[in-house]
Amino acid sequence: MAAVQDGQVESDAEKETKPDASNDVAGNSSGGARSMSPNAASSASGAAKAAAPTGPGEQQTLLAVLQFLKRSKLLESVDILRREAGLSDELDESQTNDGAAAGSGAGSQGEGSVDAASLLRRVSVGGAAATNIAATTTSKGAEDQPDVSIVLSAYSQQGDPALYQVYYSGLKNFIESVLDCHRAELSQLFYPLFVHMYLELVYNNHEHEAKVFFEKFSGDQECYYRDDLRVLSGLTKKEHMKGNETLLDFRTSKFVLRISRDSYQLLKRHLQERQNNQIWLIIQEHLYIDIFDGMPRSKSQIDSMSGSLAGEARREANKAKVYYGLLKEPEIEVPLDDEDDEAENEEGKPKKKKPKKDNLGSKNKKQDPNAPQQNRIPLPELKDSDKLDKIMSMKEATKKIRLGPDTLPSICFYTFLNAYQGLTSVDVTDDSSLIAGGFADSTVRVWSVTPKKLRKVKSAADLNLIDKEADDVLERIMDEKTASESKILYGHSGPVYGISFSPDRNYLLSSSEDGTVRLWSLQTFTCLVGYKGHNYPVWDTQFSPYGYYFVSGGHDRIARLWATDHYQPLRMFAGHLADITCTHFHPNSNYVATGSADRTVRLWDVLNGNCVRIFSGHKGPIHSLAFSPNGKYVASGATDGRVLLWDIGHGLMIGELKGHTDTVYALKFSRDGEILASGSMDGTVRLWDALKAFDVETDDFTAATGHIHLPDNSQELLLGTYMTKSTPVIHLHFTRRNLLLAAGGYNSQ
Amino acid sequence: MAEERRQKQCSVVMPTESMKAMAESVGVGQLQEDSCVALSEEVSYRIKEIVQDALKFMHHGKRRKLTTNDIDHALKLKNVEPLYGFQSQEFIPFRFASGGGRELHFYEEKEVDLSDIINTPLPRVPLDVSLKAPKEQQKSEFTEPLKVVKPGQEEEGSIQAKGQGATSAEGLGKEKGSIRIKPRSTHELSVEQQLYYKEITEACVGSCEAKRAEALQSIATDPGLYQMLPRFSTFISEGVRVNVVQNNLALLIYLMRMVKALMDNPTLYLEKYLHELIPAVVTCIVSKQLCLRPDVDNHWALRDFAARLMAQSCKTFSTTNNNIQSRITKTFTKSLLDEKTQWTTRYGCIAGLAELGPDVIKTLIIARLSVEGARIKAVMEGPVVSNIDKIGAEHVQSLLLKHCASVIAKTRPLPDVVDQYRTDYGYLGPMLCSHVVKARAQAALQAQQVNRTTLTITQPRPTLTVSQSTLGVSSGPRTPSIIKVPSSLALMSTRPGTPTQPSPPTTKYIVMATSAGAASTQQVITLSSAQSGSPVTSTVPSTPSTLQPLVKLESSSTAGMSRPLQKYIVVSLPSSSSVDSKGSGVLPASTSPISVEQSVKLERSESPAASTQSPH
Repeated sequence: MAAVQDGQVESDAEKETKPDASNDVAGNSSGGARSMSPNAASSASGAAKAAAPTGPGEQQTLLAVLQFLKRSKLLESVDILRREAGLSDELDESQTNDGAAAGSGAGSQGEGSVDAASLLRRVSVGGAAATNIAATTTSKGAEDQPDVSIVLSAYSQQGDPALYQVYYSGLKNFIESVLDCHRAELSQLFYPLFVHMYLELVYNNHEHEAKVFFEKFSGDQECYYRDDLRVLSGLTKKEHMKGNETLLDFRTSKFVLRISRDSYQLLKRHLQERQNNQIWLIIQEHLYIDIFDGMPRSKSQIDSMSGSLAGEARREANKAKVYYGLLKEPEIEVPLDDEDDEAENEEGKPKKKKPKKDNLGSKNKKQDPNAPQQNRIPLPELKDSDKLDKIMSMKEATKKIRLGPDTLPSICFYTFLNAYQGLTSVDVTDDSSLIAGGFADSTVRVWSVTPKKLRKVKSAADLNLIDKEADDVLERIMDEKTASESKILYGHSGPVYGISFSPDRNYLLSSSEDGTVRLWSLQTFTCLVGYKGHNYPVWDTQFSPYGYYFVSGGHDRIARLWATDHYQPLRMFAGHLADITCTHFHPNSNYVATGSADRTVRLWDVLNGNCVRIFSGHKGPIHSLAFSPNGKYVASGATDGRVLLWDIGHGLMIGELKGHTDTVYALKFSRDGEILASGSMDGTVRLWDALKAFDVETDDFTAATGHIHLPDNSQELLLGTYMTKSTPVIHLHFTRRNLLLAAGGYNSQ
Repeated sequence: MAEERRQKQCSVVMPTESMKAMAESVGVGQLQEDSCVALSEEVSYRIKEIVQDALKFMHHGKRRKLTTNDIDHALKLKNVEPLYGFQSQEFIPFRFASGGGRELHFYEEKEVDLSDIINTPLPRVPLDVSLKAPKEQQKSEFTEPLKVVKPGQEEEGSIQAKGQGATSAEGLGKEKGSIRIKPRSTHELSVEQQLYYKEITEACVGSCEAKRAEALQSIATDPGLYQMLPRFSTFISEGVRVNVVQNNLALLIYLMRMVKALMDNPTLYLEKYLHELIPAVVTCIVSKQLCLRPDVDNHWALRDFAARLMAQSCKTFSTTNNNIQSRITKTFTKSLLDEKTQWTTRYGCIAGLAELGPDVIKTLIIARLSVEGARIKAVMEGPVVSNIDKIGAEHVQSLLLKHCASVIAKTRPLPDVVDQYRTDYGYLGPMLCSHVVKARAQAALQAQQVNRTTLTITQPRPTLTVSQSTLGVSSGPRTPSIIKVPSSLALMSTRPGTPTQPSPPTTKYIVMATSAGAASTQQVITLSSAQSGSPVTSTVPSTPSTLQPLVKLESSSTAGMSRPLQKYIVVSLPSSSSVDSKGSGVLPASTSPISVEQSVKLERSESPAASTQSPH
């Protein structure tokens, strides 16, 4: 085999050792071996062509071959192989011992030949010798490719199907008998082991055993895995495994567990004593155990973080620096109201409002150290009309009321009547002048909620006739005859699940079941572009806060970043293991957050397309996201009715808001970030004290390990609950003056 | 239990019989048992898969019910042709049947006759989607989008405000109900609205006249009181009921002024609350006793005022359906015809009828003049029964003379012969005759100086009167040339206990640029007493183009000053349009501190002489 893999390019090896290093931590037991492992891994992968992140396994395979050659007195071959693999003698020895120790319980007996035999046995568990080894290695090597048949072949190794139950209950008994502090941590193993053992049984056509196994142990699993178990329960035949997406998720990604070193040692000792090969194999191949030093975590700590499809996020996944600060606002001279008022006074008219000084300009002067560079992402230039709008919003902002636990916002509810349960999405413009609704009948409707009616631009022929030099040319181009309070946009061929206004109110985006995202002009009320890329339903889309860019995500698990003037996406954010259910831009437009049915929230860097944060902890598909106005925090709401709060800078969960009894479809922070409003399918709007929720002490230790004690204070943070009679709340919006607008479709039953 | 359920989950598969049935339906007979088992397992799995996908569509559609469309979309995801023609918005009515040990669920498909479908009329077009926000919110949003309302006015801001969940739930619930028939119901008020209601009602019946004026102003002008209307209406009706029994004249007057203010508010429509308001108003017109001392107190003014309110609501709300005017007329006439009716009630009936217009006077009152005259004569010239009766008779007499004279002056041919009158109208004839003569003379003068008089009417703005009375000026001696204060203004007296005495105005108006000053002020008397708000404005537009400067002689003494000061204030009216707007705003109850302030400011700025005189 080594000969076959001869001629490997050395330079690749160095690069590929990186993922291996972490695997070694999991795979190797003693401290001494760990210190050497990077070295060993690099040489091993240099020799092993497959070069997949399954280093230790191959290394051990290699060593086993060496042992075999030695025993067969093929010393020449041994030398050649060793030379080619770049293994030194002593490394060989220590690795042998080590590998044996890790692989089977026999290592403790310490004799070389026995080691080799046990290793061989381990490697070729399937029964056959060399050919099987090759098959195993290749399958491991191709593990990262989502080709189902290859992926599934990893299950070809099998033990005695009848023994699976014994194995599992053995482990169960062991975990239940350990000290309390370890029990919680080790209990995390149950679910992934259960799933993989079940799948192995199914794959190897032990249908009956699989069924019995499932029935016996599925009740032990945490309740939040219920949905996945339901999918699994339907899967009883090998043929079903092909094309099943959920299954693919289990296979393509390693289930991540976070376990303290002590607990891990305990587990390993037990498995060695019992010679529990099958379980050990699964742990090695399908799980990723993230070992940390320190106190084992408590049950509640674990529960708060687990629940996602692929376990917790790896620690290093959340280490990247995130520039969560806000961009500097462009300096715009805000004409103070003084002049106007003076002019009015001269005319002797009564003064209505006191002029207020605008202090916003000075506040923005300082550069936030956490803010990205201004030109990190090229942003569109401000047009004159944008500047006017900025001035308007600043003026409005001076009049906004400061909210707090004592001054709650007034809420105005916009009810969609006669929607016959067909309302699927709502959006409100930033200045609260327009409301758009997406409907299941493929239409998009836009309403004006101010006396200003919606008008189309005149036709080209009529436009030729108008005086283009006139001051009110912008007024003249509008066709008075088309003025109406609402307009309908036709174009989609499926329910419209996502809708978003551009910040300048000139465009509207809608995403639909038909797989397209459409850009509509609110001047002509026609469709401008249909962005095709998602071939499956697009669940959500959103404009960047600065316009121009937008993000979309859907059933194909890939979020795409688009620019309005490109018909192809600029970035593809791939990594979620299930549908992307909601997308949201960071206030500084440099990052995109996506929520998914795999029960994680991911944060993506727009600049390079990297995933910079993975937040796990939700127990159901995520349906709403909201960034705090200062960009530091993100809130997410899921079908389980909980709202979780995350600190982006530290990559930590910092709060859990329990109260809703159904899917949280809408989340919004007040303009100053003091209040978080959440709207749900259960027909309530709830207001939470965001300031208090974010006010948790995060010492360095917590920040480093990510183990946070969540205070269970949802009731204290809840400031108000407002019920509708029978209207799910599907959108929330704070006006510039901090009045809360809510929207939903009336449900007559 | 969970385990049980899971077991079920795991083992649920389609029965093999179904497979057979389906196979037969597509023409495959004799299916092997093994194939059936294999098929049923496969089918079960695929169906589960599709349903799980369909659930996604349900979640994203923000629904709790899975629809056939969701299934179609899930099929589309799998690249399977959806099931065409299987649309159902609501749940699908599967029927259950059992027999012979077999249980069956089936979807009943009825055979329909095509002609039935063609001949049945088309169903109604379903309503289109519409967006609805709470009414009050929308209004405030229209005028000034999403303004941050002042604490005092917050009730108009949004229907669902901070506070307990219960109130807001009601508020939200309200518009939900409107999808079918909007039930007319009273709603819980938000905390702000409750506060507002409390403040307003307290101010309206409290002792501080300034506050009352402000409160009435608020009722008369604020938009968004709609929600509180039922409460106001109940407040008034209950208030009248209680205070009539207790003979509390002052409170009755305040309540009637509230009614007036409510009627003046252009954003309110009282029709739905007339069933409460009309009885209250009518009570104030015809009640036997309205005050503790009927011999001294001026309850007659209240009756006049209430009668005017009644007339106004008849004019505004009377339709062929509710017939308010004819019903009210009948009520009045009935008690008028009754022999035993007391003088007070009689007065009320006559006043109520008289306010309904000249036609009513002509047909119902003038016809009865002789009868009434005889009755009055019996009291006046007969043995003295009681002082109260005598006073009552006197008032009825003057009322009759006042109203009838103007009507007769218009209708009766010219030669006014006393004897003729006596024969026509009995006891009242001679007095009527002299009144008619006077009325004719006035009419002639009026015809000469229509323009001037209409202009001056707008001047005695009640604001000025109030600003005076709030300063606590005691009544001064009335000079003969002083404008007679309209009786409606008498209701604004500072002393709630004795509204009988109208607070005499300490302001004198001298209309410049008139040759016959006395004559013109005379006309002010008649016209302003007839003025009860609305009808005046119609004559106003005929103002002359020239400016009419007005000198106001004001004897003011603020609380801290002992020496009354005389001020001459020249008020010039800028243009006819502004006069117009002011004129329409002249309502007895609409007083506001702002306008008072303005008038004071005007005094300061426009009369330097005055400011040098006064030390402040």
